[in-house]
Parts: sequence; structure tokens; C-alpha cells
Amino acid sequence: MTTAGPQRPQLVLAGNPNVGKTTLFNALTGLSAKVSNYPGITVERKRGTVKLSGDVAADLHDLPGTYSLNARSSEEQIAFHAIVGIAGSPVPDAVVICIDATQVARSAYLLLQCQELGARCVVALTMVDEAKTATPDPRALGALLGCEVVPVVARTRSGLPELVAAIARTLQTERRPRAHWEASAALRARLDVVKAALPAPWTTAARYGTDLPAGDDALALWALTCIELRTGGTEDDELDLPEALRRAVETASTPDDVELDRPILARWTWLDLEVAKLAKRQVNRRRTERIDRFLLHRVIGFAAFMAVMTVLFMSLFWWSDPAIDGVDRLFKGLGELVRGGLGEGIFTDFLVDGVIGGVGSVMVFLPQILLLFLFLGFLEDCGYLARVAYLMDRIMRSMNLHGRAFVPMLSGFACAVPAILATRTMERRRDRILTMMVVPLMTCSARLPVYTLVIAALIPGARLTQALLMVGMYLFSVITALIAAWVMSKTVKPLKAKRLPFLIELPPYRWPRWRDVLRMMWGKSSMFLREAGTVILGCSIVLWALLAFPRELPKGSPDYAAMIERAPSEQARQSLADARAGELLANSYGGRLGHALEPAISPLGFDWKIGVGIIGAFAAREVFISTLGIVFSVGEADEGSEPLRQALKEAKKPDGSRAYTPLVGLSLMIFFALACQCMSTLAVVRRETASLRWPVFLFTYMTALAWIVSFLVYQGGRLLGFS
Amino acid sequence: MPTLAEIPLGRPATVREVKGPRAFRRRLLEMGLVPGTTVRVVTVAPLGDPLQIEVRGGQWSIRRAEAAEIEVEP
Repeated sequence: MTTAGPQRPQLVLAGNPNVGKTTLFNALTGLSAKVSNYPGITVERKRGTVKLSGDVAADLHDLPGTYSLNARSSEEQIAFHAIVGIAGSPVPDAVVICIDATQVARSAYLLLQCQELGARCVVALTMVDEAKTATPDPRALGALLGCEVVPVVARTRSGLPELVAAIARTLQTERRPRAHWEASAALRARLDVVKAALPAPWTTAARYGTDLPAGDDALALWALTCIELRTGGTEDDELDLPEALRRAVETASTPDDVELDRPILARWTWLDLEVAKLAKRQVNRRRTERIDRFLLHRVIGFAAFMAVMTVLFMSLFWWSDPAIDGVDRLFKGLGELVRGGLGEGIFTDFLVDGVIGGVGSVMVFLPQILLLFLFLGFLEDCGYLARVAYLMDRIMRSMNLHGRAFVPMLSGFACAVPAILATRTMERRRDRILTMMVVPLMTCSARLPVYTLVIAALIPGARLTQALLMVGMYLFSVITALIAAWVMSKTVKPLKAKRLPFLIELPPYRWPRWRDVLRMMWGKSSMFLREAGTVILGCSIVLWALLAFPRELPKGSPDYAAMIERAPSEQARQSLADARAGELLANSYGGRLGHALEPAISPLGFDWKIGVGIIGAFAAREVFISTLGIVFSVGEADEGSEPLRQALKEAKKPDGSRAYTPLVGLSLMIFFALACQCMSTLAVVRRETASLRWPVFLFTYMTALAWIVSFLVYQGGRLLGFS
Repeated sequence: MPTLAEIPLGRPATVREVKGPRAFRRRLLEMGLVPGTTVRVVTVAPLGDPLQIEVRGGQWSIRRAEAAEIEVEP
């Protein structure tokens, strides 16, 4: 590999969504591709190297798929910055643009915008295997578009050497901005105002080393078109612009600006007149239309939808179980092995319970993440995911959610962590964040053991009532999530619905390429491990330390060591050890925190023991149970543990009354349903929103909601005469 | 003049004017819904909204309320 340096040519790969850009990127860069995030936002950044000739290699940056450079969403902003070479992006030496041979005119719109800005462009004509004889003649198209056009089939690598050669040739050409619109006198004057305010590094003189007035005009037009007037209402994602430029745009703008529509219309006119006639005929979409007749059908379509979603859900919920168990067992076994090798001690505890346990708690998410992204990649690539949004839009929109929020919310029933990662299938940041804020309300599988234990131990009645209560908890979570989405979209400013058209492309059905799907799946998973995983690991270690230190019994407690020594039987020895563990935990920092929490949670019917359990549950909700097991000195416990159920039933308050009544049980379940008792969720939200604000908001609102509703249930129940 | 939300299914029509606020209108124009373009409503989603339309050989989902901002000539 050659070393990176400023002299190395920088290329960007741009194009509409669904034109085979990812496949082309993978084929061009091979194993050199690296996936990361753009700093500050969660748009994926993919880079790789392309060998141009002999020993000359170029960096290829894959841009998010966009239809135009209008910078309404963070994806479009990234694409725009990268194509122009501002805001931290290197100035590209050439732009490779994918044009879909089945929709040439439409996908060439982006090319026109790039050419206006003065970018050197090369066209990769994709989907030629699909367009077949409708494919326009590359040479004629190239002559018309004023750049090289190379038909490629990335799947078979056909056309790739020619594309690379065309890139190498284009790098040697001069930059010549090319526009298909002319500014009227009025527009001219306004462009000049904005042009004068362009920051120095944005000018063609600074970026390209030559002054290209037409390129600066295009940038000024872009600024005029994209920067919204302050009074113009809310926009999608705010652009971070130099203040002088923003002010110049404001002086040069009028409230409703038909003048600025003209260049858009001129581009389309040219495309429709000149380019469209090169496409030899309309591409046959009959196969897609035939499939759509079933998959979008009133009855059959919904049945098919339910079937697909059921399989997705089952796989997350049940099929991943053996793998999750396997991971669990692997790390437990590893821990025991280490403990056996090192002997008891503080370092061993740190290594086994802190580090190995922590890594285990990260790895345990992997099976579900892999499975979910395998499904999502498959559904996205074959074209069905766009149809999910189409089918669900009506329902989801009534809560101001995106149609594509359906899959993440459904996945939330299994686990919020992969579900939050899945919000990336939505284009707009606002939609993604709103979904992330409500997904953790769905009844995830980690809440199930808690409900099972509470219902079995504290809720009296027949099996049927207990089962109905469980179903009720699921319904409750769906309803709260939907209401929460609606309320937040009305009250939280960055989450308010924007009045922008909701156009979703329904691409033709295609067979997914397994290599691309697997690559995407691995890319997402490894990014999770690298970025969210480290945070989760850190939190696990802190939590472990909180519950493990100080390692001393409180003053006045019996001398357990001596008592265990003298214990008459193995059973007595065990129960003494359990009692000792319980006292140690109660005396730990976490235990003391539980005590300190008691005044805050006693209005909900909880005592300090539950408080300690809630702190422990922060690692993962089901840890609540094992923590309670230690607090109640019954040793290792799971939701089926009879001693723990007995202990909960028989626990008494100081005044001798029952500590955990059915009402307390209900209050506890409500609390678990609503509180954000999960550090992994918070870590992933932190990672996906690239901010501390959203995880803090999520934790605060969910905890407040949980406290208030549990309070109402408990106190209301008491007022009604329940104990 | 009828809007895209009102024309019968399957019958091609020509876009005459795109209304609505500035950013909204410009977005539709940039996607290629410019005056003179032929559009066709392919079908309606099972729940009555959104619509599936065909523009320049590509198919899109558009909400009924948004289609109502696009005036067309049958």
C-alpha cells in the first residue's frame, strides 16, 4: 500500500440512492474500504483506495446517496461539502457519479449540479444489465454531458478497468464549470451580493487554485437556494454556515422566491430535451409491478407484510437465543477458568466480574445485531424496506413517526440496542432521533424475566390473570411509546415534524448481492463493538466497582469467616456465605446508594432493597433479579428461583406488614416498563446521536415518567383501598 | 385545475404547477416534479394514503396532502 499524502488524488463517489453505488464502491476498493462516522453526526463515512495505474493510488470517499445537493438533511450536507471540498473535506480531484441506465435523465440531475460547481466529473453508468437494450449509447451520452461515461456492471467487474482509466484521464483535464441556466439581471445582482460574502476558502480560487467565476456563481446560487430565511419556518437539519454568508443570503432573499426556481427548471428542461431522447425506450418495470400487485395489495400485501415482520421478530426473539446463551456461557466459563487459575482476590474479581463480565455484556448483543442487519440489508437491497415505509406510513404518521420507524420499533420488543442501530435506515436526523427516544419504551426481552418474577411472586390469582397481565404490559408499552412519540413531536423543538415533502423512492425489486449485505452487516456490527461497545464496557466496570467496593462488612456484623468454618453442614455453610454476600452488597457503595434512594422511591412502594436492585439493573434489566438474589441472601437466582419468590413474598416491613404487596408488584412492573434502566441503550443513543444531550434527555424523561406513573399507580391504589 | 391527489388511477397527467411553501416546493422541483412532466398515479396504499406515483420511469411514494399541492392537467 502506498502512504497517504496530500499529493494523493482524492476522489468522491456520488449518486442517487438505489443506483448500485455501494456495489460499485465495494468493487472498486475491495478490502481497503474502511467504515467510520463523520465526526459529530452519524452519517457513515466509507473510504477506500483505488489503484489508478502502476504505483499511483487514489483515495475514494463514498458519499451518502442523494438526489440533489440541496443540503436539507445531514446526508445531503455531507455530500455537498465533500463534492465542493469545504467544511473539513478535502477538495476532490474528481467526482465519480453513478448514473442509473434505467433512469438516465433523473439521475443526471446531480451531475449537472456538480458540473456547475466546477468539479471534474466521470460518469459510471450503472444498471446496464437491467436496462439492457434501453441503455443509451455511452459515447453519445458522454458527448452530451461533456464528460466520460463508462458502463459498468460491478457484479461481474465488467467496465471497472475502463472506469479507472477514465478517472485517470479526467484527473488531467482542466476544470470547466458548465451550466444549463443563465442568470437573469435580477438574479445576477443577487448572486454577486452572495458571492462577495463567500468565505475565502470556499472560492474556486482557494479550492482549485484558479479563479472560476461560474463555479463561484453556482456556489452562490446554492447558498441562496438552500439557506432558509430565519422567518421561513423550521428546516430539516440546520446548516452550520459562516455568519457573513448567512447575512448576505438574507439581504439577497425575498420571502417567496420564484426566481430561484428557474435554474432548477432549466436543468430539467435540458435533461428532458437532450438526455431523455438518448434512452432508447422506457425500461420494462413489469416484473416489479407484478410483484407490487401482490406485496402492496390490500389483503395479500398486509398478510405478506405480517409474515415478513413475524419472521424478523421471531428471529430476534427466539432464534438468537441459543447464540446469546452461547455467548453468556462462553464468558462465564472463561471467567471461571481465570478465577480457577488466579485464585480468589481483588484482582481476580476485577478481571472476572468487571472486565470479562463487561466484555460479555457487550458481546451478548452481537447475535441480535448481526441477525437484524442481515434482515435489514436483505430487505433494503431487494427493495422491500421502502415498501414497508409505504405500507406503514399512514399509521406511523398519525404519531408523527416515519413509516420506516416500524422495523426499529418492532425490533425494540427484542432489544433496544439493535433497534436503535436500525434507525439508520431513515434519512432524516429528526426521524431517527424521535424513533430512538421511544424505542426504549417497548417491552424488551430483558424486562420479561423481571415481569415473570414479580408476577409469580407477588401477583395473586390464577394463571390466566397472570398471563393477561403480561399481555397487558406489552400493550401498555406500545401505547406509551406511540403517545410519547406524538407528545414529543409536538413539544420538543428539534423533534417537531417539518413540512417537507415525504417522497420515498420505490425502487425496482432486485436480488440482493449477498456479499454487499454481509459486508454491511459486518460493518455495522464491528462499528457497534468499537464505538458503543467500549462505552458499555466502561460502564460495566464502573457498575461492578460500585457493587463490589468497599469489600468489608459493616461494623457489628457477625464474624462470618469463623461461623462458616464451624458450620455443621454444607447447607449451613452455603446459607452463611449467602448471608455474608448480602451484607457485603448492602454495605457497598451501590448498596448505600440504594439506601440513599429510599426516600425517593418509597412513595412508589419500594424499599432500599429494590433500590439496590434498580441500581444493579442498570447493567441490564434482568440483573435486577440476580442482585435481589444477593440482597435477600438466597445466592444465585433467576426468575424461576423459588427461594427468591418466597423471600419476596415473606419480606416484612419494620412494622411487620408485608413489604411487597401486589400493589407494590404492579408499581414495580410499571417502573420497569417506563424507566430507562439500561446503560447499553444510553451508550448506543450517545453513539448514534453523537451528543450527550439526547441520552441525558432520554434518561431524564423516562425516569421522570416512570416515577410519576408508578407514584400514581401506587398512591392511587392505596387510596382505593388496595394495600 | 385538478391536483395529483384527485386524478383517476393509472391515467397519465401533466404537471402544471407546484404550490406550497418555498422549501417544500423546491424540494419537489428538484426531485423532478416540474411543470410539463408526465406523472401517473399507479396505486393507492392499502390504508388510503400515501399514493404510488410514476415520474420519469421511477416510482415514488407521496402523501395525499402533498400530492394535493401539485396541479395537473389530465
